[in-house]
Amino acid sequence: MQVPAPLEYERATSVDHAIGLLERLGESARILAGGHSLLPMMKLRLASPEYLIDINDLHGELGYIRVEPGRVRIGAMTRHRELLESDELAEIFPIFRDAEKVIADPIVRNRGTLGGSLCQADPSEDLSAVCTTVGAECVIRGGAGERVVTMEEFHRGPYETAVGDAEMLIEIRIPVRPGGSSAYEKVERRAGDWAIVSAGAAVWLENGVIADARVGLAAVGPNTTGIPAVSELMRGQVPSEELYERAGAIAAENCSPVTDQRGSADYKRHLVAELTKRALRRSVARVAERG
Amino acid sequence: MQVSMTVNGEPVGGEIEPRLLLVHYLRDHLGLTGTHWGCDTSNCGACVVWLDGEPVKSCTVLAASASGHDVRTVEGLEKDGELDPVQRGFTECHGLQCGFCTPGMMMTARALLDRNPDPSDEEIREAISGQICRCTGYATIVRSVKWAAAYEAGQKSAASSNGSAS
Repeated sequence: MQVPAPLEYERATSVDHAIGLLERLGESARILAGGHSLLPMMKLRLASPEYLIDINDLHGELGYIRVEPGRVRIGAMTRHRELLESDELAEIFPIFRDAEKVIADPIVRNRGTLGGSLCQADPSEDLSAVCTTVGAECVIRGGAGERVVTMEEFHRGPYETAVGDAEMLIEIRIPVRPGGSSAYEKVERRAGDWAIVSAGAAVWLENGVIADARVGLAAVGPNTTGIPAVSELMRGQVPSEELYERAGAIAAENCSPVTDQRGSADYKRHLVAELTKRALRRSVARVAERG
Repeated sequence: MQVSMTVNGEPVGGEIEPRLLLVHYLRDHLGLTGTHWGCDTSNCGACVVWLDGEPVKSCTVLAASASGHDVRTVEGLEKDGELDPVQRGFTECHGLQCGFCTPGMMMTARALLDRNPDPSDEEIREAISGQICRCTGYATIVRSVKWAAAYEAGQKSAASSNGSAS
């Protein structure tokens, strides 16, 4: 039987209450959101917090998808299912729906959250790759107030984030620019598994020319990886198969896959090139569809 | 710590260890052994119950987190001695062999039909994609859920034609 080690349980009634508890309990406390990353880690004794601060009752405060002029704000307690089912989000950033369809399974998606996924900081985690792709910023709150960090700053290494002992991730913010769309491609061993490799792409067009393009990869580095060299290549260019091909090759050169039970490093590089190409192609096609 | 929650409409509660998982609370404390305890890793779905109306894997939810909330298990499907149409479907269409995955499958199927009364084969397969039947009886499970959908549609149309006759 796999059960977590003995722990003390606290339940937060507001974000401020949760932060107060974190300040009081110190580094021995962890936030419990959907629990579908943390509880398995605790069963395996890879994590053994003395205190869990359950924030599931904060879904009212932190479960939202708000489309505002120039940006989208998503609360940290928004569950996978809500991200999957939001037509409003799929209209602006179809990459979220693409990814959510292939994250775990529908029952797990009823429980797991955006904030929990990002804070787990698993290098293979799909929503982290999505947020890297779309240039999301993370809002971290502590007793002294809020600070905003980029995804690159948020993830400091495998399973390590910029969130301090008495802080919590409360929201992500994604800038919205006109003429854009996005897509996500994943190859896994079986349905619902972690990625062997995933690639996200987002493209913004202006009069048929690429104003900006971004690529984010999962499972081929210490964290999900943005590929700025692809953005540099594509800006100012007209979309073409040859351009996608070159972008895929650049992505494959600029990541660091390792050989493991999911595949060899060479195979993963091959996937990076191919999936980057497909995600870019699909993003451009989606911009055209929307007119 | 003290917990109190509603399980199948009944208020229950008691003293538990905070690390206790919901599946073990249901089975070992409440004696509701219809919910099965399978892989322990949120892969197999034998432990699926409803938490506030949504199917969840109860091996990956603390009993403490369910305190103050509403839980429904396979024991709560039957109403007034009548099997739920989903349970009847599994009987009619040989939806189980060993029966280990069945409670979780039925809880997911009930939730699916409540949201989508006429699901396609593909939608049923998607709904149960986080659950494993090691007898590999997926085809008959899909058939069982379709049987339940058709039965409920028939009941609804019978009810509405009775209504128009009166």
